[in-house]
Amino acid sequence: MTEPLLKVEGVRAYYKLGRVFVRAVDGVSFEVNEGEVLGVVGESGCGKSTLSNVLMMNLRRPLVLVEGRVLFKMGNGFLEISSLGREEVKKRLWGKEMAVIPQSAMNALMPTIKVRKYVEHLAESHNIPKEEILEKIRIRFQEVGLDPVWLERYPFEFSGGMRQRAVIAIATLLNPQLLIADEPTSALDVVNQKIFLKVLIQMKKRGIVKSIVFITHDIATLRQIADRMVVMYAGKVVEVSPLEEMLRKPLHPYTKGLLDSVLTPEPEVKDRGITTIPGAPPNLIDPPTGCRFHPRCTYAMKVCREKEPALVEVEKGRKVACFLFTEEIA
Amino acid sequence: MRLVVRNLSKTFSMGFFSRRHVEAVRDVSFEVKGGEIVSLVGESGSGKTTTAKMILRLLPPTRGEILFEGKDVWRDLKEREELREFRRKMHAVFQDPFASYNPFYPVERTLWQAIELLGEDLSKQDKLNLIKESLLRVGLDPKDVLGKYPHQLSGGQKQRIMIARCWILKPLFIVADEPTSMIDASSRGGIIKLLEEMREENGTSIMFITHDLGLAYYVSDRIFVMKDGRIVEEGSPDEIVLSPKHEYTKTLVSSIPKLYKRMEDLV
Repeated sequence: MTEPLLKVEGVRAYYKLGRVFVRAVDGVSFEVNEGEVLGVVGESGCGKSTLSNVLMMNLRRPLVLVEGRVLFKMGNGFLEISSLGREEVKKRLWGKEMAVIPQSAMNALMPTIKVRKYVEHLAESHNIPKEEILEKIRIRFQEVGLDPVWLERYPFEFSGGMRQRAVIAIATLLNPQLLIADEPTSALDVVNQKIFLKVLIQMKKRGIVKSIVFITHDIATLRQIADRMVVMYAGKVVEVSPLEEMLRKPLHPYTKGLLDSVLTPEPEVKDRGITTIPGAPPNLIDPPTGCRFHPRCTYAMKVCREKEPALVEVEKGRKVACFLFTEEIA
Repeated sequence: MRLVVRNLSKTFSMGFFSRRHVEAVRDVSFEVKGGEIVSLVGESGSGKTTTAKMILRLLPPTRGEILFEGKDVWRDLKEREELREFRRKMHAVFQDPFASYNPFYPVERTLWQAIELLGEDLSKQDKLNLIKESLLRVGLDPKDVLGKYPHQLSGGQKQRIMIARCWILKPLFIVADEPTSMIDASSRGGIIKLLEEMREENGTSIMFITHDLGLAYYVSDRIFVMKDGRIVEEGSPDEIVLSPKHEYTKTLVSSIPKLYKRMEDLV
């Protein structure tokens, strides 16, 4: 049941700026299992959007893959997509096997090109008869709560929430196995956010997509749909855990700090109070030595400044990169 | 009553040939006591920022009155000195800490200006000491900040300097328009605590203008919910969040994702 669909192994992806590197994704390993919603959470500048580009192999200069592999399940084996070029992955996998709803999905459609044109373009590039795909999009539009007459309209006529749903309908038209959503809800008001989450859950229930990677800074939104969580800090994965267990008992001090800073309208939040993590996230050109979180961590020990903690399984299904849990092992 | 707003309305007129009228704020009334923290909650276009601008005397109202410390801010303040007094007692902290600074001057310029506004006769050294004290007070090390230009500081640092400015002026009233929306979640708590301390120490009244009901629920004594230019519901945070009465508030509360509960009607 928990077969991986996508495997990320020791990936380092840097932005090469002249002679310096911005180490946006730096030694990251995790898996996306079949049938799950994996939440990736972190603050701005932690490398989570870079990660979505790496998963898609959407690498364009200055972003380069320095090390590591990305494997995608095809048939009975795994295809090492990181050994293929961007163009090759685009031709063979984008749209059919994996699709992305980018952060800028609200502006992904040219305001003056009819939505139908995008769909026809999709048919052309995948050699599918136009009529067949137009029939498909009409059904898909209804599934996401849009009247098919909107296919004949221009994107500037759509509201923000409708545009977002149009993008997801087009992105999933060829039933990709993996859907990557990068901050899809942050530009929407709360009512449209909720509709969008419903659409996403329906897509998975009906088997239109198998797995979803949902990338955001908003833990309360992830809490509604994610099965497992990946917590990123300064280009590293610091914790991987089933969602419920992470909420009940966060392991990494950063995870705990992040959870305790969430402000939602709930009595529990008032009882808990709100805490602040001192300091600010580091510059990824010259990150701190040892554990990257140590300058902000109240539990920092000598070893944290000197050695980098590995991501180690400390309980069944729970991994953490912190010497508080792994010192004996190290 | 520190602030009384009565039947406040603002209509914008647009277009050259066929004039269209947009009623941004419609007949809004409320009161804020000394030392009270209230929140005006609404989505974009609800009229909350327009209301704040009228209170801050940045935008004239079409109808209605705003009484601050018993004086109508649009009719009673005529003399230069009265206006200066108003600027000292009523202060704003805006959403975008980047836009509140002139990029060509070091950031402490805003603090020097605050001291000028105080109008007290202090030596240059005393003024500098006051600036340093205010920075320490908001958790900044003066040597990290003094002489720096806005682009050299983080959003959280800049927002803290705006609060240092409040600390120098010790205003009676702070209007905080989305003060935490451009700051990372992990630094947000610090800004909120600093504003709460202003209230504890000086009895400052604070009005948060925000779309974030979570923030409003956490900090406020009372919440006003705005929709299409009107206040549709007001009450204590618990009344608004746990037993909302108006249809709009109900939808809003039920649509906001919670941390400790999964929405039941998603699947």
